[in-house]
Amino acid sequence: MLSCKALTFSYDHKNTLQFPDFECKEGEHMLLLGASGSGKTTLLHLLAGLLKPSGGKIEIAGTSLGELSQKKLDKFRGQKVGIVYQTAHFVKSLSVIDNLLMPQFLTGKPTQPQKAQELLDRLQIGNKAHRKPSDLSVGEQQRVAIARALINDPEVILADEPTSALDDQNAKEVLHLLEDQANAANATLVIVTHDSRLKGHFEKRIEL
Amino acid sequence: MNLIKVSWKNIQHKPLNTGLSLLLLAFGVGIISLLLLVEVQLKNQFDRNIKNIDMVLGAKGSPLQLILSSVYQVDAPTGNINYSEAQRIAKSPFVEKSIPLAYGDNFKSYRIVGTTHDYVDHYDAKLESGSLWSGEFEATIGSKVATAEGLEVGDTFYSAHGLEDTTDVHKDKAFTVVGIFESSGTVVDQLVLTGMESIWGVHESHDHEAGAEHDHQHEEDREITAMFLKVRNKMALFSIPKQLEDSKIQTVLPSVEINRLNEGFGIGMGTLRVIAIAIMVLSFVSVFISLYNSLRERKYELALMRSMGGTRSTLFRLILQEGLLLAILGFVIGIVLSRIGLLILSHYMAENFHYSLNQIGMVSGEFWMLLITIFVGVLASLLPAYRAMKIDIAKTLSNE
Repeated sequence: MLSCKALTFSYDHKNTLQFPDFECKEGEHMLLLGASGSGKTTLLHLLAGLLKPSGGKIEIAGTSLGELSQKKLDKFRGQKVGIVYQTAHFVKSLSVIDNLLMPQFLTGKPTQPQKAQELLDRLQIGNKAHRKPSDLSVGEQQRVAIARALINDPEVILADEPTSALDDQNAKEVLHLLEDQANAANATLVIVTHDSRLKGHFEKRIEL
Repeated sequence: MNLIKVSWKNIQHKPLNTGLSLLLLAFGVGIISLLLLVEVQLKNQFDRNIKNIDMVLGAKGSPLQLILSSVYQVDAPTGNINYSEAQRIAKSPFVEKSIPLAYGDNFKSYRIVGTTHDYVDHYDAKLESGSLWSGEFEATIGSKVATAEGLEVGDTFYSAHGLEDTTDVHKDKAFTVVGIFESSGTVVDQLVLTGMESIWGVHESHDHEAGAEHDHQHEEDREITAMFLKVRNKMALFSIPKQLEDSKIQTVLPSVEINRLNEGFGIGMGTLRVIAIAIMVLSFVSVFISLYNSLRERKYELALMRSMGGTRSTLFRLILQEGLLLAILGFVIGIVLSRIGLLILSHYMAENFHYSLNQIGMVSGEFWMLLITIFVGVLASLLPAYRAMKIDIAKTLSNE
């Protein structure tokens, strides 16, 4: 489902980051652990196709990212990959539900407000659908971000430090949400973090 | 959901920035379009009234004043001229048509003009009801006079001496309304037309009242205020002034005077136009700054849209549309403002000059304005849109 081989990346042709090879099957969950500065976010951006590697190969659902044009890559990412960031960001002028519909709209799919509402209900924030994201608490915002990552039924969910800004209780909840939703969608889940609280949860771990 | 909706929400999200841009755009467009409207309509009025009048005869004085008073009925007359002397010119073979005008009285500040039926033909005025005047003290009145004073066919009224003053009323001879004209957009709308005999009649009796002992005016002593001439060939425009060299009559070419007047107007209009263009430039800067600033705030949000499947061209169109929406909205508000301005101006003109500017449809210049406004909107959003397209998503998303 998701694999990378001999992946390297360099910002300025001097310092080159090298990443270990790994592979993830459909529906598998994986933790990428690393200290600050180890290139965690860079790896996540590479996996999402937001950055171009200087060497190596990434494959998602049988497609090699390096072979896609910029425009096709943008669409591919929108359809197959859901990303959850450390802090949730939104299109500020739009309501929660319109933010949820953004990935569908941007990938050229018909929007499904009902599906979006069901997702919000499942994450217990259904009553906030027509509020502005800035009216929501940080925990609620993170849930909306998770819902947004799920709306296009992605095959891969990438999460960048989804818990590190949250307290123990919220961190636990968000982690469960991610796992439950990934299981429900049978999606591959990759969490990149330095948060050692998550260590015990995952069988498959790679240290950077 | 569509991209226009997202653009629209983004514009609404910053009401102050949007408001300032819209205000400037609307004022720029509004002033220019008001100028266009006034210019077109004044020119129409001028041209329509001047049509087929090659030359005007009148008492010596300011030529412009003669034209304004006789053709447009807005200024005081320069004096009176001898009717038989004017007739001598009118009967010369060079002259195709002549229309005498005798005025100096008013009804509730609407001018009473003694003339012939040729005057009616000249303006192509149609009757709405009744008939043209035939006997003495019969009058056919303009639509504006009829509505403003509530006159109908069969009603009577008294004239007053002078053009504005309504106190010195000729109480002994009443005019009878025998007909009302349709509205035609010419001076006829604002006039009371009657035969010249009626004008002379009023003043004959007036003289008696004042105790003057002389007889009725003789035919050769009768006076008129002005005479319109249409000539058979342009040579007459040179020969007629020569024939009148030793008389008290001056000859004026209305087209020359109106051109002079237009030039005078042109300076004022030109100044306003420069101000309006300056406002348009300011609005351009305002739209630019507002989009550019919001870009800095929305950088993360835009990178996010890319990461969710939006392409570079999506972002480019998003920002460009925001500029376009502002421009079109500003244009619409500006057009509405200019119409409100025109109505106010028209009200003022109607009260003070008995002139009305009532065409509020789009004039052709305004379609150009729309294109220019759209151009301003596109130009102002082009650089921000380009910057949005070039955002480095990975860098933006990792440096929050």
